[in-house]
Amino acid sequence: MDYLLHILILVCIYSVLAVSLDLLAGHTGLLSMAHGAFYGLGAYTSALLALRLGSPFLVGTLLGMLVGALLSLVVSLPSLRLRGDYFVIATFGFQMIVWGVFNNWTEVTRGPLGIPGIPQPAVFGWVIKSHAGFMVLAALLAVLAHWVVGRITGSPFGRVLRAIREDELLAQSLGKNVFRFKVSAFAVSAALAAMAGSLYAHYVTFIDPTSFTVMESILVISMVIIGGAGSPWGPLIGTTMLVVLPEALRFLGFPSSVAANMRQIFYGVLLVVMMMGRPRGLVGRYGFSR
Amino acid sequence: MDSFRCHELCKVFDGIHALAHVSTEIPSSGITAIIGPNGAGKTTLLNVLTGFLRPDSGRCFLGSREITHLAPHRIAQLGFARTFQDLRLILQVSVMDNVLLARPRQRGERLLSAILRFGVEREESQNREEAMRLLRFVGLDKMASHLAGELSYGQQKLLTLACCLATEARILLLDEPVSGVHPEMASQILRLLRQLRIDGKLVVFIEHEISAVREVADHVIVMDEGKVIAEGAPGDVLERPEILEAYLA
Repeated sequence: MDYLLHILILVCIYSVLAVSLDLLAGHTGLLSMAHGAFYGLGAYTSALLALRLGSPFLVGTLLGMLVGALLSLVVSLPSLRLRGDYFVIATFGFQMIVWGVFNNWTEVTRGPLGIPGIPQPAVFGWVIKSHAGFMVLAALLAVLAHWVVGRITGSPFGRVLRAIREDELLAQSLGKNVFRFKVSAFAVSAALAAMAGSLYAHYVTFIDPTSFTVMESILVISMVIIGGAGSPWGPLIGTTMLVVLPEALRFLGFPSSVAANMRQIFYGVLLVVMMMGRPRGLVGRYGFSR
Repeated sequence: MDSFRCHELCKVFDGIHALAHVSTEIPSSGITAIIGPNGAGKTTLLNVLTGFLRPDSGRCFLGSREITHLAPHRIAQLGFARTFQDLRLILQVSVMDNVLLARPRQRGERLLSAILRFGVEREESQNREEAMRLLRFVGLDKMASHLAGELSYGQQKLLTLACCLATEARILLLDEPVSGVHPEMASQILRLLRQLRIDGKLVVFIEHEISAVREVADHVIVMDEGKVIAEGAPGDVLERPEILEAYLA
């Protein structure tokens, strides 16, 4: 039972990452390779605040989101005036730098040794110890993230984001400050990814830099692409597939060392097949293959 | 009303002078046509005026305000709306959504208001009403829920016009509003332009169809090889033999 709950909790955490990336990649047309970094920033900020200052889960999470949003400006302010490809490269660079800091700033992050003993979260006096309790918390935050993204994409703000994705010049000619819209969308996306990071840190109670590599960014991108970018349910469906199906491989009787490698091959094959057969993803509205 | 003028604009592409010391003043009301052969620099001029291209030198003014180095969206916010030769609509969304996108100063385009929705629903329904009124004006109200991509070429030109009007801009810059459309549709578009003049809009349009220019323009600017070679009332300018020759050559 705990194993099943564990899978569901992972689905919730990753669905926050996927839906936040979808706001940027699916709705605005900006592909970010830095989601692993923002995920990590939320995790480290919240974990360190809890351990060093004893700050409660919600405070740590909010401050982690603030750090994510503020550091998103480091990427967006210089690179978003440039065309899309430069943004991808800038986010990739940011991902590498942030990971380097996690791994090498040992005084603060303990580097590769990681940070153990992160306290279990307490929300308004409710200390969450069981998997079931954590499942409720993770589901609530996942619903919150989907709600926020849904409100944004369903509003006139979201209409402008889609206009930017389809035709930036048109949006400018209609008086839209394209730069402001992109910077805001990226900040919201980064803050939500950081929220997922805080949730993850307090769930597994141990974090180290290996959880926040560029592979993590690519995994989240795969979830969005496979599920379907720019649609309400795509990110959730993609997340569920990419979390649940590899777990199912365990039951096919492969030893765990083989299963771990199989997982990478599985992601790769799935991505190639989707790109060739269904570039819009399972339920998506927007193809990346253009 | 503020007049709209440019002074000594120059723009060079790969050694070709797309604009060579262009100075002109566009009357503050009525319909002005910019004509000239292909490659005369008409669209380049429009792109410089709307901020989409930086001139190599020269300045543009709206009244006493210099607009030369403003970003396109800032210029648009000063009351300019433009169309593009290649139309530029969002083809995958509805006709209505294209017009709604163009509405100015929407509260729902601010991030916090978008999430919390204070007053956004009401504003949206007002914008819908206004969009519907404009679609009726251009004769596309029955197509409001169709995808923009399903419209004919002429209808798409009408839709770009509706989008320009939805911005509430006073100055409309239209790049070839009637070229390539069915004659019936073209006369409908020209009728709309005349109505806009009555409504107090300043319309500037680039056009190849000389007959259209004769029909509606109050003022004509003739360009050739990046220069303004003549300007004035159409009855006067269009009859000059050297203009006819340059234009027909």
